[in-house]
Amino acid sequence: MKPAPFGYLAPRRRLDALEALNEYGVDAKVLAGGQSLVPLLAMRLAGLAVLVDLNRIKDLAFIRPFGEGLAIGAMTRQRVVETHRRVVGRIPLLAEAVRCIGHPQIRARGTIGGSLAHADPASELPAAAAALDAHFVLASVRGERVLNSEEFFVGYLTTALEPDELLSEVRLPAFPPDAGWSFLEIARRHGDFALAGVAAVLRLDGDRRCTEARLVFTGVGPGPVRIPQAEQSLLGQAVTASTVAEVARIVQDRLDPPSDIHASAAYRRQIAGVLAGRAALQAVERIRERR
Amino acid sequence: MSQAPIRMRVNGSEVARTVEVRRTLADFLREDLGLTGTHVGCEHGVCGACTVLLDGQPVRACLLFAVQADGAEVTTVEALGTPEALSPLQQAFTDHHALQCGFCTPGFLMSATALLRDHPRPSTGMVREMMGGHLCRCTGYAAIEEAVKAAGA
Repeated sequence: MKPAPFGYLAPRRRLDALEALNEYGVDAKVLAGGQSLVPLLAMRLAGLAVLVDLNRIKDLAFIRPFGEGLAIGAMTRQRVVETHRRVVGRIPLLAEAVRCIGHPQIRARGTIGGSLAHADPASELPAAAAALDAHFVLASVRGERVLNSEEFFVGYLTTALEPDELLSEVRLPAFPPDAGWSFLEIARRHGDFALAGVAAVLRLDGDRRCTEARLVFTGVGPGPVRIPQAEQSLLGQAVTASTVAEVARIVQDRLDPPSDIHASAAYRRQIAGVLAGRAALQAVERIRERR
Repeated sequence: MSQAPIRMRVNGSEVARTVEVRRTLADFLREDLGLTGTHVGCEHGVCGACTVLLDGQPVRACLLFAVQADGAEVTTVEALGTPEALSPLQQAFTDHHALQCGFCTPGFLMSATALLRDHPRPSTGMVREMMGGHLCRCTGYAAIEEAVKAAGA
């Protein structure tokens, strides 16, 4: 279980990385935290001619205000995202999602950009990013383009990144002050990939009726999954045990999750519905706590 | 290029070698430097037996290439103590029967070292969070948790 031989570049400047990707295209892979890529190389499930190591490029790791929201550089370590005062203060859903990733030893090297670009269907960050209406900055020698979550996450382990493109930055809009949030997942052991998980953002009006609901699931499809009918069922309603039971029912009815060695489709469907209900209630509780 | 010169500090001493770029840090420590205290269990980042400190952070040496540690400070289990003079943490492991076969132990020790350095009196939750990144087939974990807490107290 050793990687097959490959060429190696460790540019110190972003432009040099982009030029390498331009030159090598599909024969190159970028190395961010390595917590997903290196196992694939070791097991020879992925091969490459050239590894472009991004870890020497200092200006790819940052957490900056972006309006009232945040811009986070793709190479920012998950460990840093988890505890950074700006993340915890402005967008706590993101910190909570990162806390569910693996273990501290993984988060010490894993990066936010690497996880998003890898787009594992049972990972936390794609669902959290979609719930937060994240935008993704894709850089190449041709310039930059910015995509939303729907555009970025294309399918199973697949994003809109072209072979010569790098995810350089994630932009998160301001988290609405009147919104509540929740991030919940069920895994067999703490640190495992989610059997199912949900990132929830809810807003209530002055009469405590729901004006906006985003429930983004992980572990139940090829990428982050939303069930519009479930979200719509809450609009104009109070968020109570009985209204969220309806949300859970619709989720369970409409989801089409996979069966695999970790869980059956039926089980995933069941727990996704339960988590949706709990997340909605917890999000509303967080609004109440702030008032 | 498939070979590269690297220079790093390992357990406080400067080391310079030329390595294949696909050489993992774990294999470099074991094969090139003879520091076999770092163990190779799963080679895909799950078991934790290969955990070392890279610039003070507990990381999977099997998921790093040696070339990535160029210019860095690496700390392995060999830095903690010697058979004649165990570190307080190692002594706590012995006292609390926190090892049997010892295969997982170096990884646990390195993570515990980082934890206790940053949180000298960690809560149960913090101990479990850090130790959760390691698999042990022998002990059932309770003794490891006790040993880490005892070493911190």
